[in-house]
Amino acid sequence: MNYKLDFTPVLEGLPNLLAACLGTFVLALSGMALAIVIGIGGVILRDSRFAPARWLVKAFVEVIRNTPFLVQIFFIYFALPLAGLRLDPTPTAIIALGINGGAYAIEIIRGGVQSISKGQIEAGLALGLHKAQVFRLIVLKPALRAIFPSLTSQFVLLTLTTSVASAISAYELTSVAQRIESDSFRSFEVYGTITLFYLVISWVMMRFFSAISTRYFSYPVK
Amino acid sequence: MGWSEFTFLLTGLKWTVLLSAIGFVGGGLFGLAVALLRTSDIAPLQRVTAGYIALFQGTPLLMQLFVVYYGLALVGLKLDAWVAVAIGFTLHASAYLGEIWRGSIEAVPRGQTEAAKALSLRYVSRMKDVILPQAIRISLPATIGFLVQLIKGTSLAAIVGFTELTRAGNIVSNQIFQPLLVFGIVGILYFLLCWPLSLYGAHLERRMAVASR
Repeated sequence: MNYKLDFTPVLEGLPNLLAACLGTFVLALSGMALAIVIGIGGVILRDSRFAPARWLVKAFVEVIRNTPFLVQIFFIYFALPLAGLRLDPTPTAIIALGINGGAYAIEIIRGGVQSISKGQIEAGLALGLHKAQVFRLIVLKPALRAIFPSLTSQFVLLTLTTSVASAISAYELTSVAQRIESDSFRSFEVYGTITLFYLVISWVMMRFFSAISTRYFSYPVK
Repeated sequence: MGWSEFTFLLTGLKWTVLLSAIGFVGGGLFGLAVALLRTSDIAPLQRVTAGYIALFQGTPLLMQLFVVYYGLALVGLKLDAWVAVAIGFTLHASAYLGEIWRGSIEAVPRGQTEAAKALSLRYVSRMKDVILPQAIRISLPATIGFLVQLIKGTSLAAIVGFTELTRAGNIVSNQIFQPLLVFGIVGILYFLLCWPLSLYGAHLERRMAVASR
């Protein structure tokens, strides 16, 4: 119990750590963007008339949701070069995060689309709304509103998952912290500090999503 | 990949299962305490447990493992990596299960509590005989969902240096230089572990959706 906490290495590395927080945000936001694209594309294929496409999406969702992200990121890290794509660790991590988040997004978005009853769409068309208007106002917005809470918690989880990308040394908070730790051996001080950083990061993400939610979705139903 | 490498992976799988089981059982016991304190009438306890849950849900599991691992060493506890990691997962699981069970305790209709109070049941009996049996039923799909998440989460013990399935995969892949094959097999092993649970969870959820219609 004679250990003296020493935060000097943490303070010296503070500029690097703060910059790495930006790296974490970049990773998280790009991962989310990719996840949404995969999510929407996946839902379209999942409910298409083409049966093999449906099975493929179903299998994709099950495989991704039932294997650890760490194994997925290793697999993608080694598979991409074989597919002729030589990428740096950071873009590789974004792809892995996007694929992982995409599988969850498919299930969430699908639930939202299914929550819109056919009668709503027919009513919209009967009122003389354009097809695009029906999609935007009657399908997209209420569906987004319905799934927004689960989408938010999924994306906060994705933000926290970016720390695993340190396993392939992508540029983000955990890998920068690991470098400081291996230079100074002040493990507890370094990891304790960035744990607080993550707490702030996830809080910022939550505020960000709830701001969007109050801005666009705070209207009364029925 | 030869037979000896494959059995090495299976040994890793054994540790993954064991670690998940310990995390789930330990986390379940503490989680129940967290859920009961969180739903108690005592405001300071509510706040403390709410903070505990927020702390674990707002930080990466990897950091939790690091902090517990190095933190325990710091206070002079010379523990095996295995014990430190098990403690880390137990704490992690207790926060998540606590939050899931808090939700299901609150989902039990208020009238049940009022009726139990009117029958002058004491707190222990009210919880044990009236509220918890119903809450457990409600919580089952989410609890199983978390178990799957926990099993997948144990892979992070590999980064701390504990040899479970993922780290076993790392070691084998460094030996035979076939990362895709090795991590493919590792992925399949995880899938075989998690998929039946996921299917069962989804089945329960569907059944409950029908029952509440």
